[in-house]
Amino acid sequence: MTDNITNILVVGIGGQGVMTATEILAEAAIALGHDVKKTEVAGMAQRGGVVSSHLRFGPKVLSPQIMAGTADLLVGFESAETLRWCHYLKPGSLVLMNTARLVPPVVDIGLYDYPDDPLAEIRARGFEVHAFDAMEIAMDLGDVRLGNTVMLGAMADHLPFPSEVLLESILKRFRARKPQMVELNRRAFEAGRSADAAAAHEKKSVLA
Amino acid sequence: MAAVLPVPSATRVLLSGNEAVARAVWESGVRVAAAYPGTPSTEMLEVIATYPDIYTEWSVNEKVSLEVAIGAAFAGSRSFCCMKHVGMNVASDALMTLTLTGVAGGLVIAIADDVGLSSSQNEQDSRYWGRFAHIPLFEPADSQEAYEMTKAAFDFSEKFQVPVILRMTTRINHVKGLVTVGERQAYPSSGFKKDPARWVMTPAGASKRIPMMFERDITLRAEAEISPWNLIDNGKDKRVGFVTSGPAYMHVRESFPDAPVLKLGFSCPVPLEKIRAFAATVELLVVAEEVEPLVELELKAAGINCLGKEILPRQGELAPNVLKPAIAKLLGEPVPEGITPAAKVFPRPPTMCVACPHLGVYYTLAQIKNLTISGDIGCYTLGAGHPWNALDTTISMGASMGIALGLDKGRGESDKDKRILAVIGDSTFLHMGMQGLLDIVYNGGNVTVLLLDNRAVGMTGGQSNPGTGRDIHGDEAPRVNFAQLVESLGVKKERIHVVDPYILPALFKTIRDEIKIPEVSVIITDQPCVLIDDYKKQKPYEVIDDKCTGCGNCVDVGCPAIHVTRREKVIKPSGKEVELQFVRIETSVCTGCTLCVQPCAPDAIVHADLTKPMRLVRH
Ligand SMILES: Cc1ncc(C[n+]2csc(CCOP(=O)(O)OP(=O)(O)O)c2C)c(N)n1
Ligand code: SF4
Ligand code: SF4
Ligand code: SF4
Repeated sequence: MTDNITNILVVGIGGQGVMTATEILAEAAIALGHDVKKTEVAGMAQRGGVVSSHLRFGPKVLSPQIMAGTADLLVGFESAETLRWCHYLKPGSLVLMNTARLVPPVVDIGLYDYPDDPLAEIRARGFEVHAFDAMEIAMDLGDVRLGNTVMLGAMADHLPFPSEVLLESILKRFRARKPQMVELNRRAFEAGRSADAAAAHEKKSVLA
Repeated sequence: MAAVLPVPSATRVLLSGNEAVARAVWESGVRVAAAYPGTPSTEMLEVIATYPDIYTEWSVNEKVSLEVAIGAAFAGSRSFCCMKHVGMNVASDALMTLTLTGVAGGLVIAIADDVGLSSSQNEQDSRYWGRFAHIPLFEPADSQEAYEMTKAAFDFSEKFQVPVILRMTTRINHVKGLVTVGERQAYPSSGFKKDPARWVMTPAGASKRIPMMFERDITLRAEAEISPWNLIDNGKDKRVGFVTSGPAYMHVRESFPDAPVLKLGFSCPVPLEKIRAFAATVELLVVAEEVEPLVELELKAAGINCLGKEILPRQGELAPNVLKPAIAKLLGEPVPEGITPAAKVFPRPPTMCVACPHLGVYYTLAQIKNLTISGDIGCYTLGAGHPWNALDTTISMGASMGIALGLDKGRGESDKDKRILAVIGDSTFLHMGMQGLLDIVYNGGNVTVLLLDNRAVGMTGGQSNPGTGRDIHGDEAPRVNFAQLVESLGVKKERIHVVDPYILPALFKTIRDEIKIPEVSVIITDQPCVLIDDYKKQKPYEVIDDKCTGCGNCVDVGCPAIHVTRREKVIKPSGKEVELQFVRIETSVCTGCTLCVQPCAPDAIVHADLTKPMRLVRH
C-alpha cells in the first residue's frame, strides 16, 4: 500500500475471466466507499493473450497503473502468468496462485519451453504463495468457468474488507443474469476460500 | 491497507472512459451517433446503442460514419462519431472540408489513440488533426473528465459552430473509474437551413470560408487561454514544472506530488500565454506529452524554454516508471533503484479461437508452395504467426487488394512463377476492399482473392456489418450477397466459389485450381465466427493415446485446444531424424469442428466419451 492506496494485480490469460474478477473486486471496494481505478494491459484479450488487470483503491486514486514493485497482492489465474508478473509485488507480499498450466501454441509447437516449476521460482524470490489448482476445483464443481469465482473466494480473507461484501458483489451479478448459477457460485467461492486456507496451512507446516 | 470511507451517492458509477463518453453523449441530447468499430474506441457506440431516443449505426467505414454525423449536424441535430486513431486517416477527407463549413448542431468526434500499441498497426498521434484541420481538441485524463468534457464539447461546438475532437487513448478508453452522472436533456433539431454559401464547398465558396477559419483560430486560442480545462496545480517544489495532458497528467501527479503542473484539457490551440506565465514560475519546464512532441515544438517556436523529447520517449506511455528516472536524471538525483527484474517467461501472443473458421484456410495455405500472400487486418492477420506463417504483407484496412495488384504488376523476374493471393475478411472487404477488387478487375490483375466471410467483425468483438444481416441492435437488416457483389464488380461467375472452410479437401482443391488460372478469382468462405450466435457447437473430440503416432499433422491446424504432451526424437529408416509430437485435445473447450480430425491418418481423434468425467489436459 502506497499513500493509503491498495494495489491488487490480477493476471491470467484471455478468456479466464480475469477482467470480470477485477471488476467484481472493484464493485466491492466501491460499496465500501473507496475511490477506485481499474485498468488492463490486454492485447486482444479474447484470444488467449496475456491479461493483467490492475485495481487500485483508497481515498483518491490518480494513476490507474500499478508500478512494478508496489503491488500488495498478486492473484494469478495461471501458473506461468503468475511468475511473469511477480516482480510487480512489493517485497514479501502474498501471491494467490492457480497452479493450472495453460500451455500456448508457441510452447506446443516447440518454440519455447514452459517453466518447470513456476511456484518454486516465485517462492525463491521471497514471496509467500498460496497455491492450489482452481481449475480442478471448478471441474469438480461441474464447470470449468467457475474458476474465477474460485479465485475470488481465495482472495476473500486477504482483502481490507469483509468477505461477505465480495461474495455479495459476485452473487449480485448472477442474480440479475443467471439466477440458476447463484448457488453454484456460492459453493465455488467457499471452495476457493477453503483451498486458500488449506494452502496457507500447508505453507506453514512446511516452515515448521 | 486503506481505510473505509463513507458510502458515495447513488449517482456515482464505475465507468470506463468509453462508457463515460457514451453516457455524456446520451445526456447531451445527441440524436445521431455513428461509428465503425476499432479498438479501443468500439464500446462507445456499443454503449450508446443501449440508450433510448438516439439513432445509432455501425457504418461501413469511418469516413461514412463521419459523413452521417456531419449530415445530422447540418440538419441541426447534435451528433457524435467515434473511431480508433487510424480511422481518421480514412475519414479525414471529410474532416478537412468540414472545418470550412462548420456545423449547425453540435458535432463531437472522439478519436481513440492506441498509445502503447495494445492492438493496432501503428501509434499515430491524433492531436495533429486539431492542428491540421484548425479545430479545437479536448483531452480527458480519466473517466469523470471524459464525461464532463464530452458534454462541454457539445456546447462549445454549437457556440463556435465548429466540430470538436475528443482525443482519448487506450489508458482513458479502457480504464474504469467512478463517474457522477446526470440525466438526458432533450435537444431538438433546429432544422436544416438552406444556405449554399455555407454548406456547398466549391472553390469560390471555400475561398470565402478560409479567412473565417483563420479568424476562428484566433478566437479559439483566446478561449483556450481562459478555459477552465487548462488548470494549474500549484506545487511547492519549483525545480521542475510540467505541462501535460491526458493520462500523462495522472502519471505526473502520481510521480511528483509536489511539482507545479499545468494540465491541458483544451489542448488545441495551445494556450501559449498561459504556459508562458506558468513557465516563469518554475526553474525548468518539462512537456510530458505522449507520442509526438507537438506542444513542445509549439512552445519552442514561441520562445518558451522547455524540455520534452530530449528526456522522454517518443513511443509508448509516459507512466511513472518512465517519468521518475527521467526526471531524477535531469535533476542529477540518484535514479530510483531498479526493481527486481521480471522472470523469463515465454511470450503468449493472441491466438485464433478454438475452431475458428480461419484455421482451415491457413492450414491449407501453409501446404501450398510458391505463393505470395497479401494480407489484411482482422483476426486472420494472426495467420502471419505460428504455426502457419502464411501472410507476407499487411498494412492497412482493405490494402490487401491494391497491394496484391501491385505485387502482380511489379513482379520481378525471380517472382515470375509466383501466384499472388489476397486474404481479406468480410468487414474489411466492405470497409475498403471493394474498391481495390474493382481495381484488380478493371486493370486485369492476376490475383486470387480469399474473402473470409465469418458474418462478423471478429477482431473487435463480433459486431454486425452489412454482411451479417443484422443491425447494431441485433435486428434484421438487409444482407449483402458477396457472390453477387463481386460478380457485379466484374469477376467472372465461373471464377467465384463459395466454400466451407471446414471441409479441407474441397478448400484445398478450389484454391489450387484457381491460382493456376491467370485471371482474378474470388473464393468466399462461408462459416460464422465462433463468438457469434450463428455458430453451433458440435460434439467434442479426444485423442486415443495408443493410436496417436506423433505425426503432428493436427498440430499444424493451430487450434489452441490441441496440446503436445510428449515429444520424442526418432531416426527414420532414411536416416533422417524427426521429432514426434504426441497430442491430447482439451475436450472441455473443443467444439468439434473436425479440422484436426481430417489430417489424422491413423484415426486417433475420435468423439469424446461424454459419459466419463472430463479431465483436463495436464502438462
Ligand atoms: C481504419 C481501421 N479501422 C478499424 C480498425 C480496427 N479493426 C481491425 S480489424 C477490423 C475488422 C475485422 O473484421 P473482418 O475483416 O470481418 O475480419 P475478422 O476479424 O472477422 O476475421 C477492424 C474493425 C483498423 N485496424 N483500421
Ligand atoms: S473472434 Fe471469430 S474470427 Fe476471430 S479468431 Fe475468434 S473465431 Fe476466429
Ligand atoms: S494427427 Fe493424429 S496421429 Fe498425428 S499427432 Fe495428431 S492425433 Fe496423433
Ligand atoms: S475438432 Fe480439433 S480443431 Fe476442431 S475444435 Fe476440436 S480440437 Fe480444435
